[in-house]
Amino acid sequence: MHVPILKQGGYLIASIQSVLSDADLLQLRDDLADRVGQFRSRGVIIDVTVLDVIDSFATRTLRGIAHMLKLRGAETVIVGIQPEVAFAMVQLGLTLEGVGTALDLEEGLAFLDTQTKRGSK
Amino acid sequence: MKPGAEEVHVPINSAGDIVTARQKGRALATLLGFSGSDPTVVAAAISEVARNIVNHARHGEIIIESVNQNGRQAIQVTARDEGPGIPDVEQAMQYGYSTSKGMGVGLPGAKWLMDEFDIASQVGKGTTVTMKKWLR
Repeated sequence: MHVPILKQGGYLIASIQSVLSDADLLQLRDDLADRVGQFRSRGVIIDVTVLDVIDSFATRTLRGIAHMLKLRGAETVIVGIQPEVAFAMVQLGLTLEGVGTALDLEEGLAFLDTQTKRGSK
Repeated sequence: MKPGAEEVHVPINSAGDIVTARQKGRALATLLGFSGSDPTVVAAAISEVARNIVNHARHGEIIIESVNQNGRQAIQVTARDEGPGIPDVEQAMQYGYSTSKGMGVGLPGAKWLMDEFDIASQVGKGTTVTMKKWLR
């Protein structure tokens, strides 16, 4: 399923709406890389609240997205990882090292404001 | 099959089937009374072994069922393929070891997630992973 990407001031918000296949995640990566250039965005929020599982592939892809966007000049923050999803990730030994995370959208915006040292308006 | 026992077969032929398998696993775990993070943990383990089939054997099957042993109930997941097999199972079970583009997290990770884990592999014949999580 296609992930809608909204522009919010200098930020982009990718709000995952349903469980994603591997192909959907890779599509999201490509879409974000394009949009960050198109809108000259400084920050990206990826909302993963609805993800049922974040497995090794999803972790690697999210980490890849964040690092790639960083090279394009944008900070990424992953928001909404559910407690049981986080628990399974820890048991799998998966980390999002070097990637910003926040509790929810609101905290994510605050995180990006700090990281990019400016408001989103 | 005992009354109330359940068994679900999910053919694995593409990456999309990984999502189906883990959703069915979560549903059965919940039905069996697993609660808290356990259904997610089972779903994550299924995701990893299903991905292993897609990456290495391309085609296979995941069987999710309830088992009763000595009055205790468990969810059992069997991941079966007739792929190339694993020449060195011990090496494949090392965290971080991968022959593909993966992270080498899949099989050892699934073992950590579940209570019991068994892997049998024969080169040229295929691989079968059997794992269980007990209802607490």
